[in-house]
Amino acid sequence: MSDPVLDIRNLSVSYRTEQGLLRALRHVDLQVQPGRIVGIVGESGCGKSTLISAIIRLLAPNAEITGGSILWKGADLLSLDAKAMRALRGNEISMVFQDPMTSLNPVLTIGRQMTDVQHRDTRSMAEKRTRAIRMLERVDIPNPKEQLQRYPHQLSGGMRQRVAIAMALMTEPGLLIADEPTTALDATLEIQIIHRLQRLQRDFGCSILFISHHLGVIAELCEEVVVMYAGEVVEYGPMQDVFSNPLHPYTKKLLECDPARISEVSRHLPVISGHLPDLVDLPAGCVFCDRCDRAIDRCHTERPFAGKGPHRAACHLVNS
Amino acid sequence: MTSAPGFFSETFGKLKRDPLGLAGLGIVAVVLLSAIFASLLSPYDPLEVDVYDRLSSPSWQHWLGTDQLGRDILSRVLHGGRIALKVSLVAISVSLSAGLVLGMLAGFGPRWLDRILVVCFDTMRSFPTIMFALAIVVLTGPSLNTVIGIIIITSIPLYARIVRTQTQAVRGLDYILAERAMGASTARILRHHVLPNIAAPLLILASMDVPAVVGMEAGLSFLGLGVSPPTPSWGAILNDGYSYLRNSPWPIIAGGIPLILVTLGFTFLGESLRDIFDPRLRGKGGGHG
Repeated sequence: MSDPVLDIRNLSVSYRTEQGLLRALRHVDLQVQPGRIVGIVGESGCGKSTLISAIIRLLAPNAEITGGSILWKGADLLSLDAKAMRALRGNEISMVFQDPMTSLNPVLTIGRQMTDVQHRDTRSMAEKRTRAIRMLERVDIPNPKEQLQRYPHQLSGGMRQRVAIAMALMTEPGLLIADEPTTALDATLEIQIIHRLQRLQRDFGCSILFISHHLGVIAELCEEVVVMYAGEVVEYGPMQDVFSNPLHPYTKKLLECDPARISEVSRHLPVISGHLPDLVDLPAGCVFCDRCDRAIDRCHTERPFAGKGPHRAACHLVNS
Repeated sequence: MTSAPGFFSETFGKLKRDPLGLAGLGIVAVVLLSAIFASLLSPYDPLEVDVYDRLSSPSWQHWLGTDQLGRDILSRVLHGGRIALKVSLVAISVSLSAGLVLGMLAGFGPRWLDRILVVCFDTMRSFPTIMFALAIVVLTGPSLNTVIGIIIITSIPLYARIVRTQTQAVRGLDYILAERAMGASTARILRHHVLPNIAAPLLILASMDVPAVVGMEAGLSFLGLGVSPPTPSWGAILNDGYSYLRNSPWPIIAGGIPLILVTLGFTFLGESLRDIFDPRLRGKGGGHG
């Protein structure tokens, strides 16, 4: 395999809170190969958003990167100065947000925003508009020329998200980070956007880091999956392997809870009992041991580390 | 901006359908034109004294009568409009620009800067305007520039605080974060994304502030802290008329009516523009989902 475009090694991020240091990410390893679609899956509060904020270095003021490195094509993003980092954002790494209702500026027309995104370009306004129209065509927006005159509130949610994707791809980035881009949309639109993203990925050849808590979407779109739990990567591997042969007990439970996989008729949806551990006062052993029904003594005392190989999990049961 | 040619006609088209807004626009236009062409429209020199014809009631010679020195009140009112509009135009544009910059700095900048600026704004606002004006006039002597200066200094915190609040409301929104994630600099975000979002309410506020500033100039002049005699100002006309109210009500009426008209005109226009400029109320096509 070639060198990864994005290589996150041993990354730890903490938030300073009144209760103490909240350790939101701990020892996260993640690689994105060129032209691959990597999915990050995990429940709310597992550190997905902190991870992407760390990649584009737009963490909240009370956040602190306490260790590790983020390499972009070999260069450490954490040591770049603010100006170089800004030049990278939107140019090489761009982003699509969760809620298309709020991620577009309500008082500017679509055309204005789409030409504005190309602010680094020295092309003429007319050329920028032509590019904007071409981009809108590629995301299946009907009558792109007329849409340029419209304001975000005049478009539907699905249209807005497509506009947001068009804007993110305008600069032909090397990596597109999509932060739950389909969560706010209904199911039929969701699958349209997923297929559109797949085609765009092939056309542009960019890598995609796709964050979702929807397992079906991850299975449909991604080639590799990262399963996160309470700020740690608990399992990593090719999509097929992770879904057909999950190693980590958390991944297994997560898959059992997927409504699409339930075979028995039941009055209640399955749940994983218990709660996320307190990230300020972490347990000594495995973060999942309190909710794991297969935990052994060692799980409560010793932190498990992921092994080597293409499909790996941070679990004593797997690695012993 | 491709929408620019259609923008004014579109705004005007909407204004035409709002009778109050149209009335406001009419009054504002009349006041502006009469101030601009005051010297052409005035039948007399506003400073010309005629002691034989003092405090006369309206007549064909003097449409609004004469004051205690026999000066033509209509001519004085027209020239007074010039002073009023000059003061409001200069004072509002300067304080609006300064307030805009300071407010955006406070609202978007680091926490410590925000704190310092807010303390300054609050300190300024805690002075009663008239007391502040009295103190300044004692130091500098009454003049038109002093009036403008006082209004600017007391209005800056007003605008800045509104800009700051609006900026803070906008800065946390997703599309600003999206812009940051797309590599826009702070200056770029402020100019292209924050400013358009806060500009419309500000312009409306400025429009509604014109009567307040005109009233303040009149008030200061009425107290003798503004323009010095014999310069015609609406406040000075009221002050003169006040002293001779038992002899003739006409100076008070003639000096008060333009103040009322300006207040009504700019308020109607401002409210109408507010409804037009809000993009969420603009256009009716296709807003589903």
